[in-house]
Parts: sequence; structure tokens; C-alpha cells
Amino acid sequence: MLRFVGKRIWSGVLTLAVLVTLTFFVMRLAPGGPFSRSRKMSAEMLEHIKAAFHLDEPVWMQFGRYVWGLAHLDFGPSTRFRDYSVGDLIAAGLPYSLTIGFWAVVVASLVGIALGLAGALRRNTATDYVAGVVGVVGIAVPIFVIGPLAQVVFALKLNWLPVGGAQAGWRSLVLPVLVLSLPNIAYISRLTRGSVIEVMRENYVRTARAKGIGARRTLMVHVLKGALLPVVAYLGPATAGIITGSILIETVFAVPGIGRHFVDAALNRDYPLVMGITLLYGGVLIVFNILTDLARGWLDPRVRHG
Amino acid sequence: MAKSLSTFQLQMRRFGRNRMAMVSVGLLLLIALACFLGPFAFPFTGEDADFDFIGAPVDFASPHLFGTDDFGRDLLVRVLEGGRVSLTIGFLGAVTAGVIGVLYGAVAGYAGGRTDRLMMGAVEVLYGFPYVILVILLSLLFGGGNVALFAAIVFTLWLTPAVIVRAQAQSLAKREFVEAARAGGMTSWAIVREHIVPNCASVVVVYGSLLVPEVILSESFLSFLGIGIKEPAASWGNLIETGTAAMDTDLRLLLLPGVLLAMVLFCLNFIADGLRDAFDPNER
Repeated sequence: MLRFVGKRIWSGVLTLAVLVTLTFFVMRLAPGGPFSRSRKMSAEMLEHIKAAFHLDEPVWMQFGRYVWGLAHLDFGPSTRFRDYSVGDLIAAGLPYSLTIGFWAVVVASLVGIALGLAGALRRNTATDYVAGVVGVVGIAVPIFVIGPLAQVVFALKLNWLPVGGAQAGWRSLVLPVLVLSLPNIAYISRLTRGSVIEVMRENYVRTARAKGIGARRTLMVHVLKGALLPVVAYLGPATAGIITGSILIETVFAVPGIGRHFVDAALNRDYPLVMGITLLYGGVLIVFNILTDLARGWLDPRVRHG
Repeated sequence: MAKSLSTFQLQMRRFGRNRMAMVSVGLLLLIALACFLGPFAFPFTGEDADFDFIGAPVDFASPHLFGTDDFGRDLLVRVLEGGRVSLTIGFLGAVTAGVIGVLYGAVAGYAGGRTDRLMMGAVEVLYGFPYVILVILLSLLFGGGNVALFAAIVFTLWLTPAVIVRAQAQSLAKREFVEAARAGGMTSWAIVREHIVPNCASVVVVYGSLLVPEVILSESFLSFLGIGIKEPAASWGNLIETGTAAMDTDLRLLLLPGVLLAMVLFCLNFIADGLRDAFDPNER
């Protein structure tokens, strides 16, 4: 087990190192610079600003400087938001992104598992069909279509919830969380339905029933433990999906999180901000992938020893 | 004597019996036809501004059936033109990513040993990347435009077919007929081409069909964020983005491209499901 964990952590660190290097050089190679879109300024002025951000040095020196900064937990200054460091910007935006992402995962897991279970236990009934429709809609309709439609219906027409922003406390989080969780509800309910149906046919479930354990207990203890394996395995990819989704959600609902910051920073060549958020996303994704593997290994001895 | 059918014919027959999938194929063909031929039925293109009809509403009596946008450009024609871009990128992207992935996976799986470890190690590292970041960075690197977008999407999507084919190729490499081919003096490359790749075909078809909606979704996602296809060129993503800006007064600008995109994705998902059921009956 320890070996297994060590191997995963090592490959995670490797991935992160490649990610930092690749992002750094790709950003520098991409046409345009951080100041090519700002107001016209004299060549002298531009040189001055570039020197202030060390952009006049050779690229490899900039890279060395960046890595050196990272080693001291310094992500550098933002080139677009002049008075802020990347650390400040991330610290300001992260709570919003994390809150939305966390609740989206919770809602998606609970609703997805419940829907999948209901569908599997009442196959080919109205319940199953409703679950199936949710599954198909969640997968096929992109969240940047559902999001605006939800805004029109629940905010503009019914006036139940705010259209966007983050001023209204938890009420402004309801729509972003629900819309972000929808695709994952779809995937998780499909996965759960399939694997519950499969596990119900297993001999050990029949044994449990034959021993006289009640239907409810069989389901909760014996079926669910086996059936949730593929769902747990999906949590790694789901994290990636949530990251992608949160960029869209923050754009649609005007949430001041780090997702929208990332897109704006990339478009404006705010090198340090892009790097900082890339590192953060990469780190989160790697940690979740490792946690997913650990959870699988813990639930399923075949993974641990395979 | 009953005519015997090849496996492929059987699979196609099974696919043909799947009503949902067949309806989807029909609808998708219809949409594709409309997107590729439809714009020619109008005397104007999606980039021509008609100053007599600025922000015109839906009116089937006027020359602009679904009205125009704020610049007086015909909405229907723009949506159809956007569809042409999305569908082209979707299918070409899926095919390209599929081909790269299949070859990579087949070589790694057949070669085994250190080559395999190295090749799959690279894939694993790329897998650990947040996909959005890679696409956004690459589309910036290639300088925007359709080709850049295409390259960025393909670059991120060949990984899954590579992993799937590699597993298949690994088990094929141990089979007797491959050993026989090797004993018979076939070169490794010829074995990969003649034996490994064709025997992976059914997995590739199934997973390849899932790639198409994924590519289309990526394209519209990037265009929605303003990174992919940019104005004045139309794409479903940037049309939806324009639509969201005006959604409180005029839903039509959001609904027409949104519904069409959702419909195409519905169809593609049903087709992929149908193909999986037809090629892989055990999975049901």
C-alpha cells in the first residue's frame, strides 16, 4: 500500500513539474505580450515596465527566477492587476470557486446516487425514465446553455434567485451549484444504475438475502459497497469536469472566482496569474486523482494488489 | 442454407434495429445537410448586415425567417454557418484524434517493454493535466483561428483512444496468429498495420463515436469563452455567448443556436450508445 501511494505521489510531482515548465514556455511562445493591448506608451516607458517585471531578461532566466520564487511560495506580481500579487488574487477568488465546486460535488454525488439507485430498483418504470431523461439531458446539453436558461427562468421571470454575482450570500450560490452539478448528476446516476443492476446479480448478494438479511440492509450494506466502486473511480475525472465547468459557471453567473480570472489572464497574457492558477488547478487535480486511487484501493483489494 | 453474415454485418444489423440510434442518425444527417447546403438558399451570407432589419424579431414573412441580430445579420444563416464549422471540426477532430491515438496505442501495446513504459508514461503525465488549461494554452500558442482551435482540441483528445487501444493491442500481441505472423517474417510495422489495428476496430468505433460530441463541445466551449472562433465568423459557441448578453429581452438569440447544439449532442450520444450496444452486447 505504501509503495502504491509513493508511486502515485511521485508521478503526481512529475506531472506538476512538466505542467509548470510547459505552461511557462507555451505562454512565452504564444504571440502577443502582457502589454501589447494596453494604452499606447513610449518605447522608453515600455522598456521600463518590462524591466520592472523582468520581461527583458532571456526566457530561461525568467524561468529560473519563477521557479526560485515558487520555492519560496512566491507566485509573483500580476501584470494586469498592477497592485496585486498573484497570491492575493487567488486568495480572493478561491473561496468562491471552492464553495461552488465543493457543493456541486456533494449535490452531484447525493442526487446522482439516489437517482441511479431509484432507477435500478424500479427498472422500466416512470422513476427509471425520469432518471434516464435527467441523465441524457445532463450529458447532452452544455452548461453554458442550461445556465443562461436557468437565469432567465428562475431569476428574471420568477424572481426567486439573483441572476449572478456573489452579493446575496447563499442564495446567489444556488443556481451556479445546481447547474454545475447537473452533468455530474447525469454521469453518476448512469454509473450507479448500471453497477447496482450488475451487483444485484452477484452470488454474494443472493447469499446475503438467503441468510435472511432484510432487503433494506442487503441493499445498504452489501449492494451499495460493491456498486459504488465505479462511482468512486469517477471522482477523479469528475474533479477535472468541475474545474472545466467552474470556468464556464463563473463566466455565466459573474462569480468573482479564479476560473474567470484564468481565462482573462490567458487572453491578456498575464503570465504570472496564468501560471499560478495552472499550478493550483494541476495540484488540485493531482491530489484528487491520488485520493481517488487510494479510496479505490481501500474499497477494492484487487486494485491494491493488482 | 441461410446466408452467413460477417461479424460486422451482424453488428450493423443490430445497430439498425436500435430505433433511438436510427432516428438520431436521420436527424443528424438532416441538420448536417441544412448546415452545409442551407446557407446557399439565401441571397445573403451570415456576415452581411441588412440595415433595414436590425434586431428584427422572428417573422416568417420577412426575408429573415428567424430575425436578425444587433448588426442586422440573419440569425438563421449565421446559426447554419456556425453549425458547418462545429460539425466539420467535430468529425475531422474525432477522426484525427482517433487515428493518432490508435497508432500510438497500437505501437505501445505491441512493442511492450521499455518502449511501452515510456510511451504510456508520457500519456499518464498528459492525463494529469487539467484539460481546459491545455486547450486554452495551445489555442493561444497557435495564434487563434480555426486551425489552431482544431490542433488544440486534437492534441488533448487523442489520449483516451491511445489508452484503450494499447490495452487491446497488448492482449493481441500475445495471440497465436500474431506470433505466427512474426515467425513468418512479417516486420513489426506490418504486423501493427495488418493485424493489431484492424482487430481493434470495434473498440475504436465505439469510443471514436464518443469523441465527436466531445470535440464539438470543446469547440463551442472555447468559442463561448471568446478563445475559439471569433466574430465575425459564426460558431454555435460564440452565437450562444451573444445570445446570453441579450437573454433578458430577446431569448431567440440564445435559443436557436443553443437548441441546435443540444440536438446535435443528443443525437451523437444516442448514436454512440447504439454503437456500443451493437458492438459490445455484453456491456448492456
